[in-house]
Amino acid sequence: MTVAATVRARFTGQSLGNLGPVPVSALLRFGAAIAVAMLAFAAIILADGTNPLETLRLMWDASVGTDFGRTEVLVKVIPFGLCALAVAIPARVGLINVGGEGQFYIGAWAAAGAVLYSGAPGWALIPVAFVAGAIGGGAWAGIVALLRVKGKVNEAISSLLLNFVAIQFVNYFVYGPWKDPDGPNWPFSPKFPDAAMLPMVYGDRLSLAILFVAVGLVALFLILRYTRVGYEARVVGGNPLAAERAGIPVGRYLLWALIIGGAVAGIAGMAEVTGIQGRLRPGISVNYGYIGFLAAWLGGHRPLGIVLACLLFGAISVGGDSLQIGLDLPGSTVNILMALILFAVLAGRKNRTKVGA
Amino acid sequence: MNFITAVSTGAVRAGTSVMYASLGEVVAERAGIINLGVEGCMLAGACAGYIATAETGSPYIGIVAAFAAGGLLATIHAFLVVTRGANQLASGLALMFLGLGLTAFFGRPYVKVQITPLKDYAIPGLADLPYVGPVLFEHDVLTYSVFPLAALLWWFVFRSRWGVMLRAVGESTESAFAAGLHPARIQYAAVAFGGALAGLGGAQISLAYTATWVENLTQGRGFIAVALVIFAMWNPLRAMAGALLFGGAVALQLQLQARGVGVSPFLLDMTPYLLTIVVLLVWAQRGRDAFPAGLNKVFRGTG
Repeated sequence: MTVAATVRARFTGQSLGNLGPVPVSALLRFGAAIAVAMLAFAAIILADGTNPLETLRLMWDASVGTDFGRTEVLVKVIPFGLCALAVAIPARVGLINVGGEGQFYIGAWAAAGAVLYSGAPGWALIPVAFVAGAIGGGAWAGIVALLRVKGKVNEAISSLLLNFVAIQFVNYFVYGPWKDPDGPNWPFSPKFPDAAMLPMVYGDRLSLAILFVAVGLVALFLILRYTRVGYEARVVGGNPLAAERAGIPVGRYLLWALIIGGAVAGIAGMAEVTGIQGRLRPGISVNYGYIGFLAAWLGGHRPLGIVLACLLFGAISVGGDSLQIGLDLPGSTVNILMALILFAVLAGRKNRTKVGA
Repeated sequence: MNFITAVSTGAVRAGTSVMYASLGEVVAERAGIINLGVEGCMLAGACAGYIATAETGSPYIGIVAAFAAGGLLATIHAFLVVTRGANQLASGLALMFLGLGLTAFFGRPYVKVQITPLKDYAIPGLADLPYVGPVLFEHDVLTYSVFPLAALLWWFVFRSRWGVMLRAVGESTESAFAAGLHPARIQYAAVAFGGALAGLGGAQISLAYTATWVENLTQGRGFIAVALVIFAMWNPLRAMAGALLFGGAVALQLQLQARGVGVSPFLLDMTPYLLTIVVLLVWAQRGRDAFPAGLNKVFRGTG
């Protein structure tokens, strides 16, 4: 981008993030990208001698075709959506949070600790776990924020590195001090009491946590559009130097955007242990943090875009589980489709032009 | 074998795969392109190498297949970020998922298939040296090749004319273009070469280290490689040292376990990442920014 174009973008507000409705042409491009990705996926499946139509039909039936499937998609939207928010909030002030995975783990850990060892009465367990999860994820992101604001360490790298620390941190507890003394010799924490489990809003799989996602997305939209904080955050993200000159406390915005993002990912971890697992165990996130990152990116860091991206990834992921049962294919096969969709969208998007390319 | 020799030998064996991957990533990042999909390229190499070996019976054909597979996968990343100007972090993560999915899918029939693994060759004379012999001179081809490769890449990056071109592109594609270079071609080559080396790293696991194929065989080693590149400040020789340290930590864990010493393996697993963060912090305080300037752009703003 030339200097002139940069300046123009600043004044027309492009870099402040377009918050309006998604334009039709963008939707069409998106649809075309998905179609291309589907075709490529079908070709790959066919190359192995598997029937691509049967594969896609199975995935469709399992995810969108039945009431059970649609519910399962929403179950996946909980971690995907919250982890995408954890990326989108810092992105608004121009920060890249690749640490959703780690913040998710620490949130799950803190929530499990609160449920098992806080001694809170039954009625208080869920709120306590919620707060603990938020604080856990927020504190984990806070390390990244401090490293960035005080230590000038790039947040994308440090947040990525801390993911692997968080996973081992949780492993230490579930293989060690928190291992269920009464259970078989598995690395599981003791089972949570029933009072700590989130109530279900639909069927016996979709928990109250789906409301966390809805509230978070709506709040993000309203704050960005109608409040001073939202406006200032966008200015910081658009041009930190100008923001500084205008008297906006840039450092504070950077710090808190990351911490709040981390807290949301932490809540996703809390929702996983209190909504689905009922205990802490290793490998509690199946790349949710990274899928959230890609969903946020695919959705243009906009609330509505994130919803669409999460529904799409949710359907793909649920479809993947069905391949394992229906066709004896590894569930991971659908990662191909997810990656292809991203590639198609990435390749089709109008990106900054590069010299000599 | 005494304890120190055992750990050192293990360090070389366990560190080689990560060393290949980080050496490749050094080259890519020196051209200003970060590839978070190293993990995917390693898996592609591990899987393609295994399949080719199983089909042909020759692990050497497997090595070639691994090199090609890793390079091909990385070329997708190059296309997206160089030609289409896409966000590097998003494209790289997507590449990881692609590698994960493709190898799980195509590798599935080979999970229970046995292969002829890469043979260890003891170098006559040298292998009989006390201590040093078993540590350095009783390995497979891929392990032998990685040390000269690191030295060669150091020379290439810092002493050769091509290295100057590579680094110039990594600092600023605009200036490099103005100076008459073809930044896009150089970036394509660097990213593809980086992926190909990651493929070799994967092959060292599937053809020698474990000599098996299972889904997600590399288990995050690709991300360790990305961390090591930063830890090494984009220097191939330091990346070599970092990979040996990582291998040492793995080997130490195994040896301590075998001897019944209770040290938390989880703490050891954390150390490469924590060390990298400490290094980043220290360098940032000294105001030394060894980042190729082109990479700095990637990490600023949301792209």
